[in-house]
Amino acid sequence: MDRLNRDQMAARVARDIADGAVVNLGIGLPTLVANHLPKDREILLHSENGVLGMGPAPAPGLEDHELINAGKQPVTLLRGGSFFHHADSFGMMRGGHLDICVLGAFQVSVRGDLANWHTGGPDAIPAVGGAMDLAIGAKQVFVMMEHHTKNGESKIVERCTYPLTGMECVNRIYTDLAVLDVTPAGLLVREMVAGLPFDELARLTGVPLLREPQRAYA
Amino acid sequence: MINKIVESVEAAVAGIHDGATVMIGGFGSAGQPAALIDALIAQGAKDLTIVNNNAGNGESGLAALLKARRVRKIICSFPRQTDSQVFDALYRAGEIELELVPQGNLAERIRAAGAGIGAFFTPTAYGTDLAKGKETRQIEGRWYVLEYPIHGDFALVKAARADRWGNLVYRKTARNFGPIMAAAAKCTAVQAEEVVELGELDPEAIVTPGIYVKRVVRVTREIRADSVKAA
Repeated sequence: MDRLNRDQMAARVARDIADGAVVNLGIGLPTLVANHLPKDREILLHSENGVLGMGPAPAPGLEDHELINAGKQPVTLLRGGSFFHHADSFGMMRGGHLDICVLGAFQVSVRGDLANWHTGGPDAIPAVGGAMDLAIGAKQVFVMMEHHTKNGESKIVERCTYPLTGMECVNRIYTDLAVLDVTPAGLLVREMVAGLPFDELARLTGVPLLREPQRAYA
Repeated sequence: MINKIVESVEAAVAGIHDGATVMIGGFGSAGQPAALIDALIAQGAKDLTIVNNNAGNGESGLAALLKARRVRKIICSFPRQTDSQVFDALYRAGEIELELVPQGNLAERIRAAGAGIGAFFTPTAYGTDLAKGKETRQIEGRWYVLEYPIHGDFALVKAARADRWGNLVYRKTARNFGPIMAAAAKCTAVQAEEVVELGELDPEAIVTPGIYVKRVVRVTREIRADSVKAA
């Protein structure tokens, strides 16, 4: 079995983003999706600090520190892009105007609960940013994460042990092993990496999984 | 005649009292009114409650205000960053109070204050630790959390261009919290890179109408602390 690397995961997520979609990519791993968006599709990237139609990073030397993304990195604006204030920006999310947001996660539960903002550790300083607004706002919430923690524990869990970002908000999970949909009946495996039997994925995940006729994960 | 232009940053921050709630625009350093913050540090007001998205970056601007021990409480969404060492140390020492608010709730609570809304129900944070103890209600099958406005005694905002009536336009993502903070405070002071004659700002494109602004001071781009640092 070959686990996907981060760029392969990003490319896999990007494939599911349709022409014309308005998308917010969370900080961290999801940011990589921008590098893999199909060139033949027009996709509008939203940034919560007030940008619609965000473009790629500028060439070195052309950075503008008043044109940044949510991760505070310099970006560019596409022709036709727009700026707006924070209340409008989050109104776009909360109001259901974003088609997709892609978020990283510490844990996702079988019901689609998301934990991605705080470890809850006694020494950790909490910071939430826009994660909770994105989780409940976008029409579809995609989570993109490694299947396991560095210690080998499954990040797909019966019940999140980390503090929640949102309840029953995740629609689809992309990991380095599989694509899973959160359905009322449970987690439905859509795709798996080559060479990974369903039973082995179920064992590695540690929660009940549903299967459908298999497709290769490529 | 209406003339909101003041001649110095000192005049722009005059009257900020101990214990005041001060809204400070900016998302990281983009839109942060660094010259007004420096003037506030020099002015000396203490026991402040600060409203900002972050809790200071590096050692300048908001971080310097924190370091000078002028801030009793900060209301923000994202305090912890790679360069938030000043806040981190104060927080770990128990020397600053933190009210952590999801970014969209922060924005809407500020907007609500400026728009005269008494409170509002929002789906954000329902079922999470950040909604603990708050009133909830199910509306048409969905759960919401009751959130209250955040009013400012003062707002410090950075704009690209302003006129003597206080009309403002911003630059790119430096706009962020500026327009809603300007409306949410009793006294809004603006540092503008350029001050223009009445009529020069396209009325169709004015972002903050002057009604929300009390004071404007011109701070040219060249002497901004953050642009010097960024260069």
